[in-house]
Amino acid sequence: MSFEAFMIVAAILFCIGLYGSLARRNVLAVLMSIELMFNAVNVTLVAMAKYLAPAALQDDISSVLTGQVFAVFIITVAAAEIALGLGIVFAMYRTHDSVDLSEATGLRH
Amino acid sequence: MVTEAVIWAIFLLPLGSFAFAALVVRPFFNRFSLISGLVTIAALGTALGFSIWTLRSVILGHELVFEPIEWLEVGGATIDFGLLIDPLTAVMLIVVTGVSLLVQIYSLGYMKGDPSFSRYYAYMSLFTAAMLGLVLASNIIQLYMFWELVGVSSYLLIGFWHERPTAAAAAKKAFIITRIGDVGFLIAILYLFTQADNFAAVGLNAFHIPDIWEAAQPEAAAGAILGGAVLTWLALGIFAGAAGKSGQFPLHTWLPDAMEGPTPVSALIHAATMVAAGVFLVARFFPVFEHSPDAMTVVALVGAFTAVFAASMGLVMNDIKRVMAYSTVSQLGYMMAALGLGLYAPAIFHLVTHAAFKALLFLGAGSVNHATGTFDMRYMGGLRKVMPITYILVVVAGLSLVGIIPLAGFWSKDEILLGAWTGTGLVDTWVSRVTFSALLAGVIVTAFYTIRMIILTFHGEFRGGIVRELEEKAQTVPARESHHGGVHLAESPWVMVLPMVALGVTAVLLGYLANPQWTEEIGIPRHWIIGFLGDGLSAALGASGHAETLDFSRWMATISTVAALSGIGLAVLIYLRRRDQRADPLSKVKPVHTLLSEKYYMDTLYEDVMVRKGFFKYFAGILDWTDANLVDGIVDRIGWFFQNIGSAIGKLQSGHVQGYATGIAFGVLAIILALLLA
Repeated sequence: MSFEAFMIVAAILFCIGLYGSLARRNVLAVLMSIELMFNAVNVTLVAMAKYLAPAALQDDISSVLTGQVFAVFIITVAAAEIALGLGIVFAMYRTHDSVDLSEATGLRH
Repeated sequence: MVTEAVIWAIFLLPLGSFAFAALVVRPFFNRFSLISGLVTIAALGTALGFSIWTLRSVILGHELVFEPIEWLEVGGATIDFGLLIDPLTAVMLIVVTGVSLLVQIYSLGYMKGDPSFSRYYAYMSLFTAAMLGLVLASNIIQLYMFWELVGVSSYLLIGFWHERPTAAAAAKKAFIITRIGDVGFLIAILYLFTQADNFAAVGLNAFHIPDIWEAAQPEAAAGAILGGAVLTWLALGIFAGAAGKSGQFPLHTWLPDAMEGPTPVSALIHAATMVAAGVFLVARFFPVFEHSPDAMTVVALVGAFTAVFAASMGLVMNDIKRVMAYSTVSQLGYMMAALGLGLYAPAIFHLVTHAAFKALLFLGAGSVNHATGTFDMRYMGGLRKVMPITYILVVVAGLSLVGIIPLAGFWSKDEILLGAWTGTGLVDTWVSRVTFSALLAGVIVTAFYTIRMIILTFHGEFRGGIVRELEEKAQTVPARESHHGGVHLAESPWVMVLPMVALGVTAVLLGYLANPQWTEEIGIPRHWIIGFLGDGLSAALGASGHAETLDFSRWMATISTVAALSGIGLAVLIYLRRRDQRADPLSKVKPVHTLLSEKYYMDTLYEDVMVRKGFFKYFAGILDWTDANLVDGIVDRIGWFFQNIGSAIGKLQSGHVQGYATGIAFGVLAIILALLLA
C-alpha cells in the first residue's frame, strides 16, 4: 500500500463529506457528513505519521506516534462535538418543528 | 509747490464724502439727506481747489515724482500704489473735479425730493473718487482697480431707479458690455505679469506705468521686452478695454441705453468720468501705442468709423438724451481717431472741451425735462419762450459741439482735422486720409442732428409734454423720471441754472487755451494746451519732438466751418419750415430712417441673434445637454451601480449556513489554487 493510496482515499472521503455537508438539507445528514470529513482527516494524520515521520526518529517509536495520538484525540473531541450538535438539532426541532437546514435562516437577522 | 498729501486728498475727499453719505447720513440721518449733498459739494469743491493747485505746480514745472507705497509682492513682481502726476493727469483732474462739482450742484435741484437722495450722492462721490483714482494711478494694477470701480459705480448709477425694469436692464447691459472690452485689458496686464522677470532684469517694474513706457521704446535698453507683434497685441488689448468704456464700435450699444440713469448722471458719465476713462487710458499708454503702427491704424479707423456711424444714428432719435448719447459716442470716435493718428494733445484737448459742452447739453436736457416731464422731443417744442436761459446755453453748447468759431469745440475739432490732414507719420497716409474724410463727414452729420435737436426742442409750438405723451401711449405709469411728473413750463431753479451758466462760460472760453493767433496779447502763448500736454509726454520719455504744434490754417477752418454750416443749413431748411410739426420729415426716406432708428440692427444682432439664439439656444443648449446627459449621466450611473451592487451583494447574505459554508469552501479552494499556481 502506497502513501498516495491513503491520500486519495482520504481526499475522496473528505470530498464526500464536504459535498454532503453542503448539499444535504437534513441536519442529521449534515452532522454525519461532518463526521466523514473528520475521519478523512484522521486517515491522513495516521498515514502521514506512518510514511513521513523523519527517519531519524524511527528508533524512538514514541515520538513517531504523534499522528495516531492526534487521531485518537480527534475521535474523542468529535464524539463530544456530535453530542453538542445533536443537542442543537433537538433545540432546532423544538423551535422550527423541522430539522431542515434551509429553514434555519436566523443568522441573517 | 503742491505736496503729496494734497494730491492724495484730491482722491480721498470724494471717497470720504462717499463713506460719509453711505455710512453716516443714509442709515442715521436720512431725513436730513441734504447734508450728504452739501458734504459732497464741499468735498469736490476742495478737491477742485487742490486740482488747480496741482495744475499750477505742474505748469511751473515742479518735480512731482513721489515714492510709491508698496502694496503687494507677488512672485518677484512688486505692485505699488502711487501717484503719477504729469500734464495729462493735471488736466484730467481739473476736468473730473470741475464737471463733477457742477453736476453735483445741479443735482441739488434736479434730484430734490427723491427718496434716495443720500444714496444718489454716495454713488456720485464714489464715481468721482474712482475716476480720480484712475487718473492718478501710477501702477497698471492700481489703474485697473479704479477702472473697474468706475464700471461698478456707473452700473449703480445707471440702475439708480432700479425699480424700473428698463433701468435695471440698461445697468446690466452697460456693465456686461464694458466687461467684454475689459477682458482684453486684463489679458494685456496678465501678459505684463508674465514679463515681470524680464522687466526686473533691467531694473524696471512691469506694472509701473512709466516703466511700461520705457520698455516699449525701441531704442531704450529695455526695448527688447515689448516690441514687434507683442507690442501690437498689448496695445490692442488695452484698446479693447478703452473701446468698451468709451463706447467705440462695436461695443457702443450700452451708451445710449445708459440714458436710463438720472440726467445729471448721464452728464457726468458722458463728460468727465466713465467714457473719458477709455480715451484717458489710450492717452496714458500712448508711448506704447505709438510704436505699433498696426495698433495705431486700428485705433484710428475704429475711431473714425465710430465718429460717423454713431452720428448717423443720432439723426433720427426722438429721445433728446439719445441724440446726445450718440453724439458722445461720435465725439469719442473723434478723440480715438486723433489718438490713433498720433494727435495726442489735440485728442486730450477735445476731451476737455467736449466735457464742458456735453455736460452742458445734458444738464440742458435735464432742465428741459424738469419743465416738460418727458425726454421725447416729439412732445416738446416752443420751449425757447419759457426757458430762455436754458435755450441760450443749449445753443451755445450745441454750436460748440458743431464746431462754430469761436466756441471751444471749434478749436479742438480744428486741431484734430488739421492734424489728420497733415498726418503725423505714425500711420500710413491712406489711414489719415480716410480718417480725415470720415471726420469731416461727421462734422456735417453732427451739425444736422444738433440743430434738429435744438429746433425740435425749442422752436415751433409746444406739443404737450408728458401729459400728451401719456395720453398717446395710454400708459398708466410714465416711462421714465416718473417722480417729476407733470408739465410746468418755467425756467429751472437757479441751483440748476447756475452750474449750466458756469459750463456755458467754459464752453466759450476754453478754446482760447489753444487759440491760434490773438491770445498772445493777453499772455497765453499760442497753442498753450497742445504744447503743455505734448511737452509732458516728451518729458516723460526723456525725448523731445513730440510737442509739434500745427499752425492755425485759415483754409482748414474754412472747410470745417463750411461743412458745419451746410449741416446747419440743411437742418434749418428741413425742420424749421416743416408744415406738420408732429411728423419727422426724415421718416419720408423710409428704409434709411428705419435702419437708423433700429440702430443698424446692432441691438437686435446682439440680443436676439447672439444672446438669445446663439448663446441661450445653442451654446446653453449644448451645455444643458452635456449637463443632463454627460455629467448627470455619469453621476446617475455611479449611483445606479452602487445601488444595484449593494442589493446584489445583500442577496448573498441569506442566512443559509450551507451557503456560507459553500462560499468558504470554494474560497479556500481558490486560495489553494492560487498558491499552487503562483
